[in-house]
Amino acid sequence: MITLAAATVDVPFTLPIVDYNAIAPLLILLGAGVVSVLVEALLPRGSRRFIQLFVVFGALIAALAWVFTITGVRVVTAEGAIAIDGPALLMQGAIVVLALLGALMMAERSLDPSGDVFAARASALPGSEDEKQFTARGYLQTEVWPLFLFAVSGMVLFVSANDLLLMFVALEVMSLPLYLLAGMARRRRLLSQEAALKYFLLGAFSSAFFIYGVALVYGYAASTQLPVIASVLTAKPGQTSLALIGMALILVGLLFKVAAVPFHQWTPDVYQGAPTAVTGFMAATVKIAAFGALMRVLYVAFGGMRWDWVPMMWIIAILTMLVGSIIAISQSDIKRMLAYSSIAQAGFILVGVIAASPAGLAGSMFYLIAYGFTTIGAFAVISLVRDESGEATNLSKWAGLGRRSPLVGSVFALFMLGLAGIPLTSGFIGKFSVFAAALASGDAWLVIVAVGASLIAAFFYVRVIVVMFFTEPGPLTASVVVPSAFTTIALAAGATVTLVLGILPQPVLELVSNAGLFIR
Amino acid sequence: MTPWLTILALVPLMGSVLVALLPKSRPTLAKQLALAISLVTLALTVVMALQFNGASSEPFQFVESYPWIPAFGISYSVGVDGIGLVLIALAAILVPIVVIAGWRDVDATSDGSVKGYFALILALESLMIWVFAATDVFMFYVFFEVMLLPVYFMIGRYGGPQRSYAAVKFLLYSLLGGLFMLASMVGLYVVSAQVTGQGTFDYLSLIGLEMDPTTERILFLGFFLAFAIKAPLWPFHTWLPDAASASKPGTAVLLIGVLDKVGTFGMIRYCLPIFPAASEFYAPVVIGMALVGIFYGAYVALNQNDMKRLFAYSSMSHFGFIALGIFVFTTIGQSGSVVYMIAHGLSTAALFLTAGFLMQRANGSSLISDFGGVNKAAPVLAGFFMFAALSSLALPGLVSFVGEFMVLLGTFQRYLFVGGIATLGIVITAAYVLRLYQKSMTGPLVPKLFGMKDLGGREVIALMPIVVLTLVLGLFPAPILNVVNPAVDRVMKTIGATDPSPTISSEGSGK
Repeated sequence: MITLAAATVDVPFTLPIVDYNAIAPLLILLGAGVVSVLVEALLPRGSRRFIQLFVVFGALIAALAWVFTITGVRVVTAEGAIAIDGPALLMQGAIVVLALLGALMMAERSLDPSGDVFAARASALPGSEDEKQFTARGYLQTEVWPLFLFAVSGMVLFVSANDLLLMFVALEVMSLPLYLLAGMARRRRLLSQEAALKYFLLGAFSSAFFIYGVALVYGYAASTQLPVIASVLTAKPGQTSLALIGMALILVGLLFKVAAVPFHQWTPDVYQGAPTAVTGFMAATVKIAAFGALMRVLYVAFGGMRWDWVPMMWIIAILTMLVGSIIAISQSDIKRMLAYSSIAQAGFILVGVIAASPAGLAGSMFYLIAYGFTTIGAFAVISLVRDESGEATNLSKWAGLGRRSPLVGSVFALFMLGLAGIPLTSGFIGKFSVFAAALASGDAWLVIVAVGASLIAAFFYVRVIVVMFFTEPGPLTASVVVPSAFTTIALAAGATVTLVLGILPQPVLELVSNAGLFIR
Repeated sequence: MTPWLTILALVPLMGSVLVALLPKSRPTLAKQLALAISLVTLALTVVMALQFNGASSEPFQFVESYPWIPAFGISYSVGVDGIGLVLIALAAILVPIVVIAGWRDVDATSDGSVKGYFALILALESLMIWVFAATDVFMFYVFFEVMLLPVYFMIGRYGGPQRSYAAVKFLLYSLLGGLFMLASMVGLYVVSAQVTGQGTFDYLSLIGLEMDPTTERILFLGFFLAFAIKAPLWPFHTWLPDAASASKPGTAVLLIGVLDKVGTFGMIRYCLPIFPAASEFYAPVVIGMALVGIFYGAYVALNQNDMKRLFAYSSMSHFGFIALGIFVFTTIGQSGSVVYMIAHGLSTAALFLTAGFLMQRANGSSLISDFGGVNKAAPVLAGFFMFAALSSLALPGLVSFVGEFMVLLGTFQRYLFVGGIATLGIVITAAYVLRLYQKSMTGPLVPKLFGMKDLGGREVIALMPIVVLTLVLGLFPAPILNVVNPAVDRVMKTIGATDPSPTISSEGSGK
């Protein structure tokens, strides 16, 4: 019998053991976030941008370099709350690299004639006199950078959280800045703010599910640490109902973040409303972070309940692939189309997750990396296609774009083919890896559905090529703005990785399979 | 050892990049460069073919193999047997012809750049060579799919009024087959990993893989579906008439003449040897599809008023013959199918190119009803048209006759009844081909065509090689048969099929 008295026993305080070397990338990013806040608070406006960029890129590169130096580290640290292992490091590296590309896009200042792509003052009401004043004075803000750094820190923590409570903290650290970033578009501010609000409300709602699930699982296992939950599951196999409900609620929270059906409703609005640079950054990195956490929870904590979650995940994967692909067909806005595409892609990655095998883990990670680069590149292209009202995201304005600007058109066609999974692009190898893993685990029907969904998805990707290349440019056709080196680098990196991972994927395939499994 | 096949594929690929990099203001230079590169490729093919040893006991010659994606047991492996060799030769011969014949095709249209079209042709040639040379199933699949892209752009950017619809339909239909083949191919890989402990895509290692009969049948279906759509067999043919009628003549030649052969090539190279039991199991279904295709295609062709669509349906009928020859499991039938593939490539080229020349003289109309009496105004053109028509209906003395005759002979050996039905298809073929000729070429010259010019030098040069080859190989098919027969023998041996020995009934019952 547990009594209150037991809690009052004087336990000597012991210092938690923290492997600072293993979590240094996280600390670098969080520290840089703090510095970035101070820069906003203390430095004069004119000098902020340069210093912010220096802090952001410096931190990202330092974090990446540190991740490289600690490859091979497998350790559970911070009193069991953080696990640094092969998959965690790989995904942290991928997140940081993609964040670098995202930062490049966000730093771009030569696309919009009035400065950058962010609202001059996010606090000014859309259409108000203040806003006009700020815009007229040419105000440019740099507050996005601390938000960006905290979001990246949250993601880096999310993939290595070994404790459900810490995972929740990471989820919030990652999400809250993203909600704000989504609402900061300079053009179409109402749409952007609506997106932010929707994202925030639904995100908060799903977080509540998550934390409620954590509470229930704690009630079952008396611990929030993933390996402990796993061992309790083996110890008490008969009475899992509380754990089951808890797991389901936790999965709701995580599947919301990966944009799986039926938790996908936020995706199109947010992708469309957020500034395109933020959308690209978010689409690529959140997917990795959320899938990283999802796989860790499923494999480490609930690996013993595989037969309970596999049927549910089957249904979700099938729904996600089909709903994403089918609804994407009817979209006329290219950002919304890519949002539904990202939903469909989440379904394909779930196919690899469901395989629940080393090959499945490796395949999913490869897919995530491939998808990240292709997506960020695609959004980089979208940020270049503009007319006088800002970005021209309506598909009708893309008519004949490929004829007018063959280079940009071809690169975008490459991204579309990559997302469609045409051979010699990274998307094909990704699909191949997850399908092979799923078939080896006996999920033949899932693969057949996935193949069908790929065909549906191919239709809308190919349609963009039709619009760009097979239609005559009209008076409404948008023009391609020449970007500065920032976006050019991001774009080139996306295109290069999409091609190289399609033609010579061996090094990265080795990387993902050598990453090994999650530490328990 | 010279890496012949890699060089052969790289030359047009490099050429394609070069042509694409030329300035837009130099269209003629782009054409000249494309022609030169395609001729170099042809010359290289000839040199390589001369070194091919028909009597070799090796399954493949000019073999190269390098690890590509070892994580999945994938290698870059090329090599050819007789079948691959003649199909590569077909591609290498048709590309320069298409370049010459299509010299002015793209100028006339305002859309798209000239250099783009010729760069795409060269890229396609390179991919075709790789697809026929691949001896790694994964590599085959990659090129099988990527090959769609140049054609997609050739139809979609340079085609007729329905081009966008036709291009998308072509691509989606092909992707449908391709994706099911992908699922099967992954399945094959998983099976090979379970059986041998190490998953592989190497063609020769996959032959004779022990498989559960149900698994084998399912995997067969994935591959077969892709090939049946590609070839196309009835009922997977609906994309072909649309694609053919929306294409430039040159595109159609490469699409139907060479590309679609990948489907029938795939059946004989992959379906049969890798899934012998399933092939036998499904043979009656395939033969049924082939027979329906022979008659359905011919029947629809009989009622077509659009020449390009007519050729498409006629091709579908011919593909029925080719598939029939493959799935009756006789040496002579399969050899006949390979010869038929070559013959059909040549006759399709002749038909589409002459029709293309004809259409250029009638403001692009391809309706038979718009023509009449062409042989009065343009006797040379009409003569070539006649030759192409006769080649299509398999006149004895032409190479198509050799193919068709061998297929029927092989079919009779195995199934007397099927052979009898298939032979009737020839009659309808003769009917629609001659009707086409009669309506468009004979009679009084229609007023619209007054003053039409006969073929010029360039056009005759484009057509002459086809005529010569059709005749020479028709009268003397030994060069093809000598290289094809050993390959077919190997396929027959792999699948454990034997030719039925000719039986002469002692009672004279006539059975």
